[in-house]
Amino acid sequence: MTNSINELEKDAKAIFVIGSNTTENHPVIGMKIKKNVLENGAKLVVADPRRTDLADLADVYMQHRPGTDVALLNGMMNVIISEGLADQDFIAANTEGYEAMAEVVAKYTPEYVETITGVPAADIRRAARLYAEAGAAVICYAMGLTQHSTGTDNVKSVCNLAMLTGNIGRPGTGVDPLRGQNNVQGACDMGGLPNVLTAYQQVANDAARAKFEEAWNVSLPAKPGLTLTETINKAHHGEMKALVIIGENPMMSDPDLHHVEEALEKLDFLVVQDIFMSETAKYADVVLPGACFAEKDGTFSNTERRVQRVRKAVDPPGQARVDWQIICDLATRMGYPMSYSSAEDIFEEMRKLTPSYAGMTYARLEGKGLQWPCPAEDHPGTPFLHKDGKFSRGKGAFSAIEFIEPRELPDGEYPLILTTGRSLFHYHTGTMTRRCVALDEHVPAAEVEINPALAGQLGIEDGEMVRLSTRRGSLEVKAKVTDILAEDVVFMTFHFAETAVNWLTNADSLDPVAKIPEYKVCAARLDKI
Amino acid sequence: MVTLTINGKQVQVPDGSTILQACRLHGIELPTLCYDPDLRLAGSCRMCIVEVKGRPLFLAACVAPAENGMVVETESPDIVQARKVILELLLARHGGKCLTCEKNGNCKLQDYCYQYGVSDTRYADGGRHHYPIDDPNPFIERDYNKCIMCTRCVRACEGITMARAINVKNRGHNAKIATAFDGNLADSPCVFCGQCIMVCPVGALTSKVSAGLGRAYEVEKVLTTCTYCGTGCTLELNVKDNRVVGVTSNRSADWSPVNRGALCVKGRFGWDFINSPERLPTPLIKENGEFREASWDEALDLVASRLQKIKEESGPDSMAVFTSARITNEENYLAQKFARAVLGTNNVDHCARL
Amino acid sequence: MAEELRIVLRNADKIDASNINDYIKAGGYTALEKARRMEPRAVIEEVKKANLRGRGGAGFNAGLKWSFVPPAETKYVVCNLDEGEPGTYKDRTIVQKDPQTLLEGMAICAHAIGSRQGYIYCRGEYPYLVEHLNNAIAQAKAAGVLGDFDIEVRMGGGAYVCGEETALIESIEGHRGEPRFKPPFPGVAGLWAQPTVVNNVETFANLPEIINKGADWFASIGAASYPGTKVLTLTGDVVNRIAIEVPTNTTIRQVIYEFGGGIRNGRKFKAVQIGGTSGGFIPESLLDTPIDFDSMRNIGATLGTGAVFVMDDTRDIVDIVTRIAKFFEHESCGKCNPCREGTFRCYEIMKKINRGAATARDIDNITVLARVMQKAALCGLGQAAPGPIMTTLQHFRHEYERKLLS
Ligand SMILES: Cc1cc2nc3c(=O)[nH]c(=O)nc-3n(C[C@H](O)[C@H](O)[C@H](O)COP(=O)(O)O)c2cc1C
Ligand code: SF4
Ligand code: SF4
Ligand code: SF4
Ligand code: FES
Repeated sequence: MTNSINELEKDAKAIFVIGSNTTENHPVIGMKIKKNVLENGAKLVVADPRRTDLADLADVYMQHRPGTDVALLNGMMNVIISEGLADQDFIAANTEGYEAMAEVVAKYTPEYVETITGVPAADIRRAARLYAEAGAAVICYAMGLTQHSTGTDNVKSVCNLAMLTGNIGRPGTGVDPLRGQNNVQGACDMGGLPNVLTAYQQVANDAARAKFEEAWNVSLPAKPGLTLTETINKAHHGEMKALVIIGENPMMSDPDLHHVEEALEKLDFLVVQDIFMSETAKYADVVLPGACFAEKDGTFSNTERRVQRVRKAVDPPGQARVDWQIICDLATRMGYPMSYSSAEDIFEEMRKLTPSYAGMTYARLEGKGLQWPCPAEDHPGTPFLHKDGKFSRGKGAFSAIEFIEPRELPDGEYPLILTTGRSLFHYHTGTMTRRCVALDEHVPAAEVEINPALAGQLGIEDGEMVRLSTRRGSLEVKAKVTDILAEDVVFMTFHFAETAVNWLTNADSLDPVAKIPEYKVCAARLDKI
Repeated sequence: MVTLTINGKQVQVPDGSTILQACRLHGIELPTLCYDPDLRLAGSCRMCIVEVKGRPLFLAACVAPAENGMVVETESPDIVQARKVILELLLARHGGKCLTCEKNGNCKLQDYCYQYGVSDTRYADGGRHHYPIDDPNPFIERDYNKCIMCTRCVRACEGITMARAINVKNRGHNAKIATAFDGNLADSPCVFCGQCIMVCPVGALTSKVSAGLGRAYEVEKVLTTCTYCGTGCTLELNVKDNRVVGVTSNRSADWSPVNRGALCVKGRFGWDFINSPERLPTPLIKENGEFREASWDEALDLVASRLQKIKEESGPDSMAVFTSARITNEENYLAQKFARAVLGTNNVDHCARL
Repeated sequence: MAEELRIVLRNADKIDASNINDYIKAGGYTALEKARRMEPRAVIEEVKKANLRGRGGAGFNAGLKWSFVPPAETKYVVCNLDEGEPGTYKDRTIVQKDPQTLLEGMAICAHAIGSRQGYIYCRGEYPYLVEHLNNAIAQAKAAGVLGDFDIEVRMGGGAYVCGEETALIESIEGHRGEPRFKPPFPGVAGLWAQPTVVNNVETFANLPEIINKGADWFASIGAASYPGTKVLTLTGDVVNRIAIEVPTNTTIRQVIYEFGGGIRNGRKFKAVQIGGTSGGFIPESLLDTPIDFDSMRNIGATLGTGAVFVMDDTRDIVDIVTRIAKFFEHESCGKCNPCREGTFRCYEIMKKINRGAATARDIDNITVLARVMQKAALCGLGQAAPGPIMTTLQHFRHEYERKLLS
């Protein structure tokens, strides 16, 4: 997030939520948005193919066809430019590439966009005005925006919108991706990515690498590595020999599980470090028992870049070990001695190599934590980025982006759009929440949500078992009839191993840049059993 | 600044302070049941009453503004007697099953009865409610026989969670907390965040998941960060005998900067996986398609030698590490260091996009 | 012989109440015109000087109340026509017999405080008044006398406590009719948190004459500390069960014997309860007290709404007080502890005493409880509810003692 969570509760005068079912997936952030809307009169605009809780509260709700986000956003920008609502001073002072963007956006009139997205032109106009005229407006998005073959384009488009209206660099403004997992921000910050070391220092950059080589006393590869999906693909081709998986569950979370399964089976050697015998661990040659968050010290970085302490409360069960100790043992046995006395010891090494974390110490993190960048020990941390419109690379660059259809569209055989997501009561692949007695009792099984009209056509009653199929396969699942979806869209959560929807999703349609799979759109059909 | 006299001592407080704030600023504690600094004020329990010279009525300190020249007494004999009577009235209504109550030792009603020496009530010739305790939801026990009608739950639901699932129903002595049709929470807009449990001063609302696992005074609270979504809520793991028995939250903005005590259903009730019998206690090695238990030495040696061999035979880029959005920063740092420095490959990624 | 003095009821039965022209012919709306020629500040001063004190029970100087209204974009004038006191029908009488005097009074207030929107909160049991009032408002609008001041009639929630001004405001806002704590007073933050003047029907109805005849004229009538007249409704064991309007220095004895015609069936007087259900019980020995607010308070009684409930010597005081306790147990809104639990326990103990099962201890218990309720309850309902118990324990204790277990 460029800005901070608590700004959503008080500073933002308008909140544009796109592709985020905030009250279910980031419930506490959802509460803050609701508070701002209900108690302080902040305006709310929601764009989502599913009519979420927030949509019910919104001043303008736009139910766009899945995968048409770029068109919708271009349409809003078209209105803003043609009605003179753009912040010309901000654009002139802080950005570049405006003309090229404006040229593309010019043809996305609300009427044209209506034909693509299905959102009435009048709503696009109202949404654009509410956002542009608020004074302090923020965009919140989540996987609903990014899990598309055009995910990168979608994100660039929301950045365009924010820059166009000067909604950057002040409290209550900004572009706020709501990250779905407790430490996904931290995993990225720490260099858990194929192309960067910590704090996004490029592996291809000689100077950066040299710094790490010196600190680690080893020579480092310069060529960026493979992403997770590419790794699976390569394994599928039989070119990947060994895989070490720490606390991840691709056999639930990745698209097209047949493909993943075949890939894992082709590996020579698979090590899984986890706290449970996950769906993935079953394929392992060796399973190493790790520790959960309650059993170790350390830090997590949340979606607003706040680094906070994690504290050990209890011992891991049996012989299970804290994960960093396992990694150290393994490294040492492989001839690279790693030895740390504590998590803090590791943090101390890390921060010396990580400019945005350099000023943080465990002592300073006590209490409120710190938001990066925090480059020095006397730096207070950074609640919002791009203060006074300053971007890290000088000027903020507009991108001129054309709308591209999702990769796999409905056709005669698979006439519906399947889109996936989470429920309030479960988390990700369910490894933890399915083993929480109350959560699993409350929501014990997956459901496929279908519109009443579709249910009527197919003769399906609420609660009835149906068959959901895509080109990858099919599964039987209980139908939940609800009018929060358009007629040709069905929705399913991916928490349940018994009915794992990722057997059906598409591994072939990736975003070309981010390599993110298109979980939010694939062609599907529904049959009465 | 406002200057007033409290218990014979002249004090100064900022303009706009209530008498309660004035008292607390100067180290004078007042009993409060309905007051909650984060919630809409109710001024209804009347435990915080004080005597102000020249005023015929007692003033509820939590809502009464401190005014220049006020002469306030917080523990005068009349006030003490009034508080005792109020406590007795509450005891008469409260089906006090302290012996089995989850909140025993952590209950404001108990605390104030102790403080004011109220062990019994003059006003209990009947009229105790016998509400069924039968909401089948797996999270929240609702025992309104213990409810003292402070409405903090209602105000937390409406002002923190913004769910408006519950409200006051009926009037007078029959007033009770209920969903719109006095039904189950699952049939209301309730999202099972448990904010109502967090603010309930007595044992009327408690966690079913923690039931029977430990009293407040037996547990140690360890402040940490939630393991679920990316919001980064602070929570307290309640530990008894090296076992997590529940989750509570810290409401101070200084210790809970993001959520200030608010949690969602997963944060508050989704902790028992920690104690799941399915947790992996030992390393496992697969032999002939079956897992068998192994010692750490055996397992780690096996992993190290296999990886070493593959590295030598097929090169570092034939290996990859999936690190995790679930583990700590320190562990992620080491995991990528392991991939790059030990395996020698940049093939390291995690489920950031999934 | 004492005589009635009619200010608020000056047109009663003399004009056609459903025809604004009759009212105008009788001099109606000249006061509003006069007020509009005055600075708002001056109107407030005039009302303050007249010492017009609220006729809804609390007796607060109306002009003073208005003077607390801070500047704001939106302000409201609210007329309290909830009249929930059993045995009281004075507000209904005023509205039935002369609705325009209420509207004119509200408009004078609106001019004084700078409001463009008024509400009349009408008791749920008076549906026929709503039509009558709407007709009066329509005529006043048509005649153009109200200018840009709009008045809307809202139907009450049916609970006694909704007559309490902040509960009334909650009810107009569409919430549960529960009192708010004060301050902030409605004058500063009332309806939808905007400055709001709430006055009783009778209070408003006095205004036209005060503006027309001047503050000094009004201040010279009746008791000096509570000048003017009071409309009283006589009920119970009195010969004439009527509504009267008398100067406030009239004594209770005059009210009962001169206007009320004495006790029915030639029986002896035992007690009178004035002011409504929560009013104090007054014995024979105090009957020469004037009815004005302060004199009544000095004898531990209340003027309240001006209900006068007379009891003859056959009445069982403890039984009556038990029924009153039941009323409050039923009418407590349940928000605050002293009242929610207290009214319940008061009724419980009164029942016990009344059926002869109580001991002296119970009287001690109810006394302690009553004192706490009076001083610690959140709103006037809980504070006033023990009044009948306390005053009867003072003046008619023997009736309690007679019923105790020995
Ligand atoms: C329980 C309770 C009931 C009340 N009912 C009424 C009522 O029916 N009518 C009324 O005018 N005032 C009623 N009041 C008084 C109002 O709160 C308020 O004081 C009054 O409307 C102010 O108008 P006034 O100053 O003109 O008297 C009631 C007060 C309480 C505590
Ligand atoms: S659990 Fe949360 S939503 Fe449900 S009643 Fe309690 S506060 Fe409201
Ligand atoms: S349930 Fe608890 S918080 Fe809610 S009103 Fe009762 S005592 Fe107060
Ligand atoms: S005194 Fe009675 S009526 Fe008034 S707030 Fe308290 S409970 Fe409600
Ligand atoms: S704490 Fe002040 S009234 Fe309850």
